[in-house]
Amino acid sequence: MTMIDLLRHDFVQNAFLAGTLVALLSGLVGYFVVLRGQAFACEALSHVGFAGATAAALLGVNSLLGMIVFTLLGVLGIGILGKRLRHWDVEVGMVLAFMLGLGVLFLSFYTQNATAAVNVLFGSILSVTHTDILVMAVASLLTVLALAFLFRPLLFASFDPVMAEARGVPIRWLSILFLVLLALSVSEAMKVVGVLLVFALLVIPAASAELLTHRPFLTIALATLISLISTLGGLILTFVGHWPASFFIVALTSLFYIAALGIHGLRAPRRHHELPHPDREVFRTD
Amino acid sequence: MFSVLQYPFIHNAFLAGSLVAIVNGVLGYFLVVRGLTFAGHALSSIGFAGAAGAVLLGIPPAYGLLAFTIGASLVISTLSSETSRRDVAIGVTMTFALSLGILFLSLYHGYAEMAYSILFGTIVGISQNDVILSAMLGLGVLAVLSVLWRPLLFSSFDPEVAEVRGLPVRFLNVFYLVLVAVAVSIAMQVIGVLLVFALLIGPSATAIRITDHPMRAVALSVCLGLVYTWAGILLAAASNWPVSFFITAISFGVYLPVRLLAGQKRARFPIKQLGKKSVTILDKE
Amino acid sequence: MTMPEPIIYLDQVDVCLGNVFILQHISLSIKPGEFIVILGPNGAGKTTFLKLLLGLVKPCTGEVLVFGGPPQCGLQEIGYAPQRRMLDTETALCARDLVGFGLDGHRWGTGWPSRRRTEVIDQALEEVDALDLAEAPVGQLSGGEQQRLLLAQALLAEPRLLLLDEPLANLDPAHQQEAVALVDKIRRKRDTTVLLVSHDINPLLRFTDQVLYMAHGHSAIGTPEEVITSETLSQLYDTSVEVVQTKGRYFVVGAEV
Repeated sequence: MTMIDLLRHDFVQNAFLAGTLVALLSGLVGYFVVLRGQAFACEALSHVGFAGATAAALLGVNSLLGMIVFTLLGVLGIGILGKRLRHWDVEVGMVLAFMLGLGVLFLSFYTQNATAAVNVLFGSILSVTHTDILVMAVASLLTVLALAFLFRPLLFASFDPVMAEARGVPIRWLSILFLVLLALSVSEAMKVVGVLLVFALLVIPAASAELLTHRPFLTIALATLISLISTLGGLILTFVGHWPASFFIVALTSLFYIAALGIHGLRAPRRHHELPHPDREVFRTD
Repeated sequence: MFSVLQYPFIHNAFLAGSLVAIVNGVLGYFLVVRGLTFAGHALSSIGFAGAAGAVLLGIPPAYGLLAFTIGASLVISTLSSETSRRDVAIGVTMTFALSLGILFLSLYHGYAEMAYSILFGTIVGISQNDVILSAMLGLGVLAVLSVLWRPLLFSSFDPEVAEVRGLPVRFLNVFYLVLVAVAVSIAMQVIGVLLVFALLIGPSATAIRITDHPMRAVALSVCLGLVYTWAGILLAAASNWPVSFFITAISFGVYLPVRLLAGQKRARFPIKQLGKKSVTILDKE
Repeated sequence: MTMPEPIIYLDQVDVCLGNVFILQHISLSIKPGEFIVILGPNGAGKTTFLKLLLGLVKPCTGEVLVFGGPPQCGLQEIGYAPQRRMLDTETALCARDLVGFGLDGHRWGTGWPSRRRTEVIDQALEEVDALDLAEAPVGQLSGGEQQRLLLAQALLAEPRLLLLDEPLANLDPAHQQEAVALVDKIRRKRDTTVLLVSHDINPLLRFTDQVLYMAHGHSAIGTPEEVITSETLSQLYDTSVEVVQTKGRYFVVGAEV
């Protein structure tokens, strides 16, 4: 069975479409995730989505919808706790663990079938439906448009929140808005690679690109490219090699990251010790 | 409900669970203080891959888990300390390990059940051997921690000066993560790899909000961990819901109000008087 | 009269990080009990110099001797208070414990709480006027208060050599005077050698034996009168610098002190 034959099948077409949609999104969103140092928050949101997907399964509703609802609620919660979140990582970790527990609970109601759980955790791109594609396309379009509109203030607020706030940029709202967009992106990515591997699609391509260039647009373009190659390449490999799609996709993104690390290491001048500089840390107030 | 308490598997669950709670209560304190929460999450996820690989090779999952997590902790501790770069590197390692895990399991017949059990644990399945092994490893970790107590504390709060005073700060960083790796392995049996994280950070994060004294924080953390675990096991036995859900829910449920209230308490710390006497400038009449 | 063995000795030392020369051709000899102030603009290498003495940074060329031997970490006779950024506000540690690290934080095991230990620490806190902060969470304290705690921590070790990196940076004038007076009192009592990095020589003039002025990789050491002159500083900065002395204070015009 050649590739062309495969493509005649609905589920294969859907898989490629879904993969492309997510990949196009992840470059743009991932860039900001890395910039704002919100990689761990991204992880946590995917676990929130896990609870959403399992709740949806329990209620007999589309899992993508469940993921979106839950992640949006999660973002709302973060927005309420707002600026007081100084030690991001502990709060984020607690939410992550709790959501996992919730998801396990819902799963135990819905089915004793472990396969269902594993699918949610590790992705089931080969079972993406037409409805899913529709939802994903709409969400992607919304996200891209919103980010295009917010691009400059978000960039400013991400690099220099103190200055941006002084210039009248509403950094709190931007933070929340970005997290909403992140929630949408995470939900989509979960469809493709599952809860546990969202990081691979949303963060790794952008992090790799960031190692190679400093210009925002170039970084985003590069991240999108890496994401596309990994996702589509991963899909092709899974049809050829029959190992799980998420494994191939993640393996490809990881390879890109290691390559980027290598190139970056060869480029930057060697330093034996870090130069002492008093003002190293950038304060994040969001 | 109490009739279930007479079964040996419940006794084993309590014993193993208590051990996990104690070890994680102490280790978790340093995890939170050192800002290694993400690394802790990563280690438990990486443990999954190790366990899965072991299953594929036909050896007990605990060994594979130990090998992978110790290896990962060595890698993670060499990463740069600049947080966002380090988080990404940790994340890459973690996701790749997870994807390896799913690959290993896909090659193994009946993989989903095994995956589920490794990830989320199963209190029914704890044998006496498991308890003994956990006890030995756990006591070992605790003994090491008591010897390393002051140096770990010093290097967690004041690494620059600690190094100057002759403490092997880098070695301590690495060794600490190795201890976490071992703790994750012990906890896998009871609560599953993904949720050991909850016992690592929940009790200690809560304790730290309540007291500033390291010894008291650790003691409180251990107590909380024990309470969560016992309550979780009891509730799970009574209701047939998963034990991991109860432990994470209780942990989160206690943390949230403490966190919100502690924020209030801190804001009310008395502001120092600006000067011991006031100076009136304009009284030259 | 025989000259006492220098406590710090440098001979034609270069320090480079990467391809950049941080310090060039430094030679100096410091006797025990001296009070040395290290001056110079940001990035001049003052902190690097201290790290050199601690063994945290190695010289490219030249010889460095501290207490007659090569510099190394873990010498209990050295007290060190590094340059600080503010501690995170949520740091879960009280002042007494932070200062207590200076006493026994480097020892293995858990230690045993003892009244004697608390007394010694409280005494140190008293000396920096921070006793009422003993139970306070350190993250909530002001920069100046934290600075005083760190000074107490460095002093607790009863060092023979005290390296202080910008200890006066966040202190108000009153506390600055107190801190410097305290350091000098300890110095005279225990014949401690003090190397203090600062941005401003004036609060320290009374106690200073020598000034080590660093700028652009060059350095000059001598008494304040010798070093803080228009000629010397112009040479160091490689540009015209004017030093004005008035009311017993130095003011440097045309460059950062």
